[in-house]
Amino acid sequence: MDYLLTDEQKMVQELARKIAREKIKPVAAKYDQTEEYPWDIIKIIADAGLFGLFIPEEYGGMNTSVLNLCIATEELSRSCGGIAVCYAASALGTFPILLFGNDEQKKKYLPDLASGKKIAAFGITEPEAGSDASAIKTTARKTGDHYILNGLKHFITNGGDAQTYVVIAMTDKTKGARGASAFIVEKDTPGFTFGKKEDKLGIRASSTRELVFTDCKIPKENLLSREGMGFIVTMKTFDVSRPGVAAQALGIAQGALDIAVSYAKERHQFGKSISSFQGIQWMLADMATQIEAARALIYSCAREIDAGCKDVGKDSAMAKLYASDVAMKVTTDAVQILGGYGYMKDYPAEKYMRDAKITQIYEGTNQVQRSIIALQLIKEMAK
Amino acid sequence: MNIIVCIKQVPETTEVRINPETNTLVREGVKSIINPFDMYAIEEAVRLKERFGGKTTVISMGPPQAEAALREALSMGIDEAVLVCDRAFAGSDTWATSYTLAGAIKKLGSFDLVLCGKQASDGDTAQVGPGISMHLDIPQVTYVKKIEEAKDGLMRVERMMEEGFEIVETPLPALLTVVKEINEPRLPSLKGLMRAKSAKISLWTQKELNLDPQGIGLCGSPTQVVKIFTPPSRVGGQKLSGETEEITEKLVELLKSEITG
Repeated sequence: MDYLLTDEQKMVQELARKIAREKIKPVAAKYDQTEEYPWDIIKIIADAGLFGLFIPEEYGGMNTSVLNLCIATEELSRSCGGIAVCYAASALGTFPILLFGNDEQKKKYLPDLASGKKIAAFGITEPEAGSDASAIKTTARKTGDHYILNGLKHFITNGGDAQTYVVIAMTDKTKGARGASAFIVEKDTPGFTFGKKEDKLGIRASSTRELVFTDCKIPKENLLSREGMGFIVTMKTFDVSRPGVAAQALGIAQGALDIAVSYAKERHQFGKSISSFQGIQWMLADMATQIEAARALIYSCAREIDAGCKDVGKDSAMAKLYASDVAMKVTTDAVQILGGYGYMKDYPAEKYMRDAKITQIYEGTNQVQRSIIALQLIKEMAK
Repeated sequence: MNIIVCIKQVPETTEVRINPETNTLVREGVKSIINPFDMYAIEEAVRLKERFGGKTTVISMGPPQAEAALREALSMGIDEAVLVCDRAFAGSDTWATSYTLAGAIKKLGSFDLVLCGKQASDGDTAQVGPGISMHLDIPQVTYVKKIEEAKDGLMRVERMMEEGFEIVETPLPALLTVVKEINEPRLPSLKGLMRAKSAKISLWTQKELNLDPQGIGLCGSPTQVVKIFTPPSRVGGQKLSGETEEITEKLVELLKSEITG
């Protein structure tokens, strides 16, 4: 389908595709196995200028385009969902500064994040605060010119490898969700350490760690927006970052379809290529159709954000929900088409299935996405 | 350091087809790319600029479509590009091509270094680089795998040999042809792609270069291609198997019959 991309968007697509094919594909299995952080690939993505796709030029980026970010994430994910999430999670950690940072904060942090010299991470999840973000226990106590952070964040993508963190902590526990605030915390701040690295089902090239704050003293200038805005910062960040997760799911699904089609053409059974069997053809047709529908939804939502539309929460939730469910289905079917080979680690299909699963879970489980969509529907009906 | 890189646009295939009537390459329907060896020359030029400062210029002689190759070089970080293009240059062999490119280099003015890939993947002659150096009357070092040092008007390089390598020191300006061991070409950056898209590419024809009409194009090409063919692939030999004594006897008999015919 022709999405009538601009020359700039096509350039982003071609460049990200080139990186994915030439640089990521050959090392995807290696990083999946070793779980090392893919610094060499991150450097290639940084040198290409892809970290700055959604950051304004005045802060060293290219433009302000969520669609560009989605296109790049999709193409990178086609070769490895794990490496792509290292990239996309940095965007997630950058968005709060971009959306809510004051001029000084933007000038201080965005240029290094746009160039990829530093990467970012976003920390809200805690052992007892996942979907219920209002249950977070990490605290930030103000003393003079500083805040003192105490608590534990877990399942933080890029945790330990990122240099710039945006962390949500309670400044006033009595106010519940309205007592949360967002802070920029730099790696190597005294009192800020990392816990264990998680051993994951998929996206194993990416790092997931605990962030541990023990009397971690940060200057008051690191507060994003105002005290009590933490929950709003989080929601608004997710509204614009969710299409990126959706694009990751889309790329994983597309990559799995690519493998399934080429395998079906080569594999012969009963004296014929299995692609000549209607049973396989219909599976491939459904996979391709669902992928195209997901892409249309994601690109539309990204364009909406880029055009400055308000209340994109429902649409971005739909994009994330649909694309990740499609990714899970398509990657499972890809494994099915490859049969026994699909189940073996010597073939790439099973990795796509493992990588796909997380997209139904993180940045809001798909159940939470449905709640967001339904609440908005009901709200619209009441108008 | 003022560096000039000469590149060629070639078909993206290892199995080039030849038109049997004209004995020239069939370009239709084949995607064009920068000659892979020239990519190393472009990368080395950009690296030398990053190391020593200066200016990089890329030149290609070819049909108008070669502009795409020049833009790709610009996207990798080359500063300026010149397309040498004129019907008068058509049919040039390596001699006329190197004469024409040398003419374009002279027109560019002063320079310290000319870089070329070791050979083109379509013609495989490896003659144009050395030819340019002769026309410019500057030293040449072929098959360079490393540039060690450049100072006080001298450059020290490692030159790849079949076994080991030579260290060669040459005064500048000089021409080097490079091998793939010299570097790993970078991917373009987004900013580079954007700049390359809108960059102005100079177009130089015979009118701008004003070369000796007897030295250019078909007229200036002493090479005559009589016939181009793919040599028949070698058929596998005969394998003898069995006990040592048995096969030794067989071998002696076979050799005897070979000799006696």
